[in-house]
Amino acid sequence: MNGVKKNLGLIVLLVIICVIAASFGSGFLTAYNAMNLIQRTALFSILGIGAGLVIATGGIDLSIGSIVCLAGIATPWLLVEHGWSPWAAVPAVLAVTALLGVGHGLLVTRLRLQPFLVTLCGLLLYRGVARWMTDDQSQGFRGEFTGLRDIALAKIAIPGIESFRLPATAVPLIVLAVFTGLFLSRTVWGRWLLATGSNESAARHSGIPTARLTTLAYMACAFLAGAGGMLFIFDIGSAQPSDFGNFYELYAIAAAVLGGCSLRGGRVSVVGIILGTAVLQVLRNAIILLGLGSELEFAVIGGVLLIGVSADEVVRRWVPRRG
Amino acid sequence: MPRTVLRACHVSRDYVGVQALDSVSLDVRAGEVLAIVGENGAGKSTLLKILAGVIEPSSGTLQEVDGEGPGHGPERGTDLRLRNTREAREHGIALVHQELNLAENLDVAGSIMLGREPHRLGWMDTAAMRREAAVWLARVGLDVDPTTLCGSLSIARRQQVEFAKALSARARILILDEPTSSLSAHETERLLQIMRELRDAGQAIVFVTHHLNEVLRVADRVVVLRDGCVAGELAGADIKRGRIEELMVGKSFAVPTTRVASAPSVTSDSTRGLTLRRVVSTHRRRAAVDLHVAPGDIVGLAGLVGAGRTELLEAIAGLARCVGEIMLDGSPLMGSVSSRVDAGVAIVPEDRARDGLFLGDPVAVNVSVAWLPRGSRAGIVDRTAEQRMVTMAMERLRMSSAARDRAVQTLSGGNQQKTLFARWLAMKPRLWLLDEPTRGVDIAARHEIHQAIREAAGGGAVVLFASSEMEELEVLADRVVVMHDGSIAGELAGGSIDSASILRLATGGVLA
Repeated sequence: MNGVKKNLGLIVLLVIICVIAASFGSGFLTAYNAMNLIQRTALFSILGIGAGLVIATGGIDLSIGSIVCLAGIATPWLLVEHGWSPWAAVPAVLAVTALLGVGHGLLVTRLRLQPFLVTLCGLLLYRGVARWMTDDQSQGFRGEFTGLRDIALAKIAIPGIESFRLPATAVPLIVLAVFTGLFLSRTVWGRWLLATGSNESAARHSGIPTARLTTLAYMACAFLAGAGGMLFIFDIGSAQPSDFGNFYELYAIAAAVLGGCSLRGGRVSVVGIILGTAVLQVLRNAIILLGLGSELEFAVIGGVLLIGVSADEVVRRWVPRRG
Repeated sequence: MPRTVLRACHVSRDYVGVQALDSVSLDVRAGEVLAIVGENGAGKSTLLKILAGVIEPSSGTLQEVDGEGPGHGPERGTDLRLRNTREAREHGIALVHQELNLAENLDVAGSIMLGREPHRLGWMDTAAMRREAAVWLARVGLDVDPTTLCGSLSIARRQQVEFAKALSARARILILDEPTSSLSAHETERLLQIMRELRDAGQAIVFVTHHLNEVLRVADRVVVLRDGCVAGELAGADIKRGRIEELMVGKSFAVPTTRVASAPSVTSDSTRGLTLRRVVSTHRRRAAVDLHVAPGDIVGLAGLVGAGRTELLEAIAGLARCVGEIMLDGSPLMGSVSSRVDAGVAIVPEDRARDGLFLGDPVAVNVSVAWLPRGSRAGIVDRTAEQRMVTMAMERLRMSSAARDRAVQTLSGGNQQKTLFARWLAMKPRLWLLDEPTRGVDIAARHEIHQAIREAAGGGAVVLFASSEMEELEVLADRVVVMHDGSIAGELAGGSIDSASILRLATGGVLA
């Protein structure tokens, strides 16, 4: 399979980190830890795929973490503080996040502002709004809405295996991954999205509505950040508006880059993004299990990202370019 | 006799499995213009790159030759290893690229003096820089202020800046890769004149071109490459068009030099075809353009660089804003580029690398991109139909099927341009807008592209093309519309299309 071949490096890296973590730390190879890892990988992959779509157009979205916070905080806020029904609150929050994405897209395509700038403003703006809206108070479900929270908390039993059950968040991820993969390779819009990222001017000269597709990518990214934020809050139950989702955009972008997306646009791999997310999450997990101290977390992730990207570039130069 | 300054001895180069250059030997002499010609893929670019230090030969050597030359004293050759263009420059060899690479955010003076900025205690001496740049600009006959931003110059002018840059680096050997490919007739004339002057001043000049008339007019010696080998060398009075073409293709080759009569207009109904009424590009406000082109007609747009040909084509394509009325087959052509493409417009831009192709993507992806909505149901692409469409389009342009999965950037200029044409063929456009349709394309591919254009017109499409090449205007156009300073200066049809008349109109003159 093409996906496997392209992502061989990442698979090897993932296996190496797993082997190191398993041989030095106790507790890595437990069903509980595996379930935890799959849960986190699934949640962060949803953000990563959104980031990947924007990166595919040659843009960037720095507002992911703040949208995670806004959506994640607003959901219990509407449900608990304002007594909305889940049937109203969930679609409303998702619609607002999608609209924020459309706003990013329009600012980038119509006003021709730099994506970095637009989404940096988003990063600050949405965080501020989330904190102001809630008086900076922690928001949570207070033990209610367990049915809703089960979307993220349920575990699917696998026949024949006793202690391990698959976290339910794996299901939306798989659906999203398959859908996005097919969208990019099989649909007109998907192919045009990649063409736009590959050479925007050539795309325009070919009659591709580049502005519409770029806007679509920002909308998808913000929507997925909103959906992801909701799943995160279902998972953890309550969160602080001041720190919930901090740096999540960087995990998403790092995963996309590790997974083979070119920041120049035109190249994206859904499988790569999921593997990239898995590498980052296993790494975080390993740091804690090996007792390295969580202070080192960012340093280790930064180092691995740098090595991974450099190794990829070196390999690309040495392997003769084929057709 | 001019003395040899650089010698290539049995130079070969192979790329993964392909012998691009096979034991080529040649001399580069001071005070001489050496033309290197050959079909695309003959190895011209590879040879130039080796001479300029961009790549190293797989075998064979370069020699720097000292001494007085034959009859004047002993000639001594010392082996020369050029690992990069910097080392080449240190030996007085400068390459002017076909793909221009000036930093668009630098001004002209900064570009010319890049890397050699005069400075005092680390502070750039801007005044001195501009003074020196002005000297070299005057040398290449370019009348722009040294503080102009490169990004705001036309391609032709940028090329002249590149030229000034090479001269300012005190190059003894100038290597020019298709120097006139983006120049108008007028500017080409000036460039050839500059080449002659530099030669007379003792410079060695090596240039690659597809335009044999330039070779005939300026070259003192011609080396013809075919399939990576030297097919022959001609000098002085032996330089004849027929002889060069024979060597290039390996057999005698009749080039149609007269216009091939195309099908007469399908109908005289004036609502059919393309009609422009009072069209003015709002980007650079100029006189309005009125034009009617009947279905089946091929109309050439001639004019100097900056005359407004590209602007007019872009206005019709929807790439640039304009006022006025554009009608295609009786209905107005308006809205976004994509809606105009839906209405049957095909666009082949002047700069194919920048505006036409997805260079890193395979040929197949480049060919099918505009066609995708037609080959899809509910937005899902029918991949079998896509394969079929790509195969058919490539066959019609006689492209090798082996190329379909190769990245476009690895193809020759001719095949890149064919890829662009293949993209539109399956769309059966009603209006073709072509800007320099065969720029940087070899003779064989040019013939095939011209043939495809004639077939499209034969099928009832309107063809509007801008070209700076007299030969192309003469061979391809039923009618030539000459533009000058944004408006139409005159029209020539049939037998009255000749380069003298075109040039007169283009430079603001009137026909007797």
